Amino acid sequence: MTAVLESSGLGKRYRRRWALADCTLTIPAGHVVGLVGPNGAGKTTLLHLATGLLAPTAGTIEVLGGEPASSAAQLAKVGFVAQDTPTYAGLSVADHLRLGAHLNPGWDHGLARRRIERLGLDPGQRAGKLSGGQRAQLALTLAIAKRPELLLLDEPIASLDPLARRDFLGILMETTAEQEVSVVMSSHLVADLERICDYLIVLVDSRVRLAGQVDELLATHHRLTGPRRDPGTLPAGWQVVEESHTDRQSTLLIRAGTPVHDPGWAVDPVGLEDLVLGYMSQAASGAPARRPEMEAQR
Amino acid sequence: MVIEFHLDAGSGVAPYLQVIQQVRQALRLGLLDVGDQLPTVKDVVARLAINPNTVLKAYRELEYEGLAAARPGVGTFVTRTLSDGSLAAHGPLRRDLQRWIARARRAGLDEESIEALYRDTVRAATREEVI
Amino acid sequence: MIWLTWRQFRTPAWVAATALAAAAILLAVTGLHLAHLYDTSGIGTCHGHGDCGQLASNFLTQVAASNLYHTIYLLGIAGLYVAPAIIGIFWGAPLVTREIENGTLRLAWNQSVTRTRWIAVKLSLVGLLAMATGGLLSLMVTWSDSPIDRAAAMATGPGPALLSRITPVLFGARGIAPIGYAAFAFALGVTAGVLIRRTVPAMAATLAVFITVQIAWPMLVRPHLIAPVRSITAFDAGSIIGLSMQNGGQMTVLTAVSKPGAWVLTNQVVDAAGHPFTGPAPQACTTNSFPVCADALARLHLRQVVTYEPASRYWPLQGYETGIFVALALVLAAFCYWRIRRRLS
Repeated sequence: MTAVLESSGLGKRYRRRWALADCTLTIPAGHVVGLVGPNGAGKTTLLHLATGLLAPTAGTIEVLGGEPASSAAQLAKVGFVAQDTPTYAGLSVADHLRLGAHLNPGWDHGLARRRIERLGLDPGQRAGKLSGGQRAQLALTLAIAKRPELLLLDEPIASLDPLARRDFLGILMETTAEQEVSVVMSSHLVADLERICDYLIVLVDSRVRLAGQVDELLATHHRLTGPRRDPGTLPAGWQVVEESHTDRQSTLLIRAGTPVHDPGWAVDPVGLEDLVLGYMSQAASGAPARRPEMEAQR
Repeated sequence: MVIEFHLDAGSGVAPYLQVIQQVRQALRLGLLDVGDQLPTVKDVVARLAINPNTVLKAYRELEYEGLAAARPGVGTFVTRTLSDGSLAAHGPLRRDLQRWIARARRAGLDEESIEALYRDTVRAATREEVI
Repeated sequence: MIWLTWRQFRTPAWVAATALAAAAILLAVTGLHLAHLYDTSGIGTCHGHGDCGQLASNFLTQVAASNLYHTIYLLGIAGLYVAPAIIGIFWGAPLVTREIENGTLRLAWNQSVTRTRWIAVKLSLVGLLAMATGGLLSLMVTWSDSPIDRAAAMATGPGPALLSRITPVLFGARGIAPIGYAAFAFALGVTAGVLIRRTVPAMAATLAVFITVQIAWPMLVRPHLIAPVRSITAFDAGSIIGLSMQNGGQMTVLTAVSKPGAWVLTNQVVDAAGHPFTGPAPQACTTNSFPVCADALARLHLRQVVTYEPASRYWPLQGYETGIFVALALVLAAFCYWRIRRRLS
């Protein structure tokens, strides 16, 4: 399968701070990819580098086999909904569709019109007067109707109410069912992504901590509870993501290539949210997060 | 559309399994019959906001079990039901069950105990059948 | 891209069109009246300079006496300096900064149009409209005030000479120079926006730089666009208009210049060796009798040196000035193009 995004050592620095560092990814096509991480982790930076709004300070990035924003043809292949779903406040909904039609050779006007009708938007309404959810839907329509191969979304539902969220994701998923389009959507909430993603990237402190298919990640990560054990005595094939100990008990979040058969451990599956939290609480070096020891009450 | 799916996000059951369970439930209750079309992937994901692959996985599983078949370009259709004639027996069985529950209540069992008793008995009965 | 540029520019364009229409009506009415006055003043039929000079001065005095024409005349000049500034501030500065501040750049730059095409179309379309606006306004004002300008070119006497169209204040409010100013101000505004990235500071910077250029240019650059003519004439004691004497015997003399329609740059009285005359004052001038002093000065072999740009240089200077300002505008536009292509905001 071809890759929609390939980066090698990608980095972006602003003055003294690296907003993104050492990012090496190969995102396969045909997936809905969730890009999750706390605020300031570098999600927007990565997406802006992929759309060509930013140029890298270090490393390389290739999107759909081409350099981002290098030509009109390249721009036509990538749809983008930026953070806060920007629209022209003074232009009407219909004007926005005309904008799309004039500026995109691949514009599907029928699709755009049908979407707007289904959403119940008044074509003559100025975009500045729309609600947040409606603006987000308009921005999504603009990105979808140009028939891109890759759709990038930067926290599009962060400021929407639950109903607007559901509507937005519903339309997004309907689009992936209808068209051959890969999606990369960022959020700082795992809950938003859980329903829709089948590929996950975790970005913390400007670095990629985890990337892979959701099914495989859930199958290879386990929560182990058992008697207190020194982390050094664990099998070599286990990668400890997060650990916490009381004086009698150890609880670990591990990544293991093979199933755990050790009877000394109680093995539980890990939900996606807990998985991501485990990686988010790791130290910058990637060393396992260690929760402070809890003293037993005497 | 003949049936609609819903998703219980907090149930801990994988979404694709929930879809399969709901199709089987509908077949059992006779809501779906042979030849009925299952909701299109597009309609399901638009309503539930879940990944299309989830629905595809569920439908593939149903196909594997022989309950449905995909017709390319048209949709996925039911090929076998699960009701297998037992629908007629549902009425009297339901009434017997209602009477038994009333008796159990009068004997002082609460809802949890009734459920536990039922589950144990079913399990024991199944084991006896296997043996 | 042309559609989008126009759609975004619709409101300012209509405002400008309305303003131009209002100005057109006002200037048409005024211009026709002035033309009528000019025709009835007899200047059109006079021959030789002796007659005409006086008639022209009379005409100008008549116009200046009327409050209405005087005000409209001044408004015309002011308008042609204010218009490019407004173009720079309201058309140029917000062109890019407004999209940065609204975040819509992230929408625009993701359509199937490269950044370079985006900025090129915006600069070209709005830039051309800016030049057209400047040109139209100048055309209207120049036509309307042409009787005054023609009279000023012929009038004799110090007063009306200030009105000749080649002199600094008027020069920039006539002919094709405002086209260059409009282009330059617009490009300046866009550049400020690209560098500063916030609307209000960019507007302020544009205004500051534009005003500085407009003040400094006629003093520092325009006189050297074409080497001025230098005329040396014998000192004429009858044309003394100013005398000043200090205690140490130092003295300066100022004589009148009569070069109708010209832009006088320097006017000095020099001694026989060619140095500016600073004294010592002849004995005769310590008395309080002016004729005696003048007589004494006349015997000192002084000369009057005047450097000036004659009226005939008007159109060449206009050409150079417009050309340079348009070239500056193109340089700034190229910078913006390069900047947007390379460094991404």
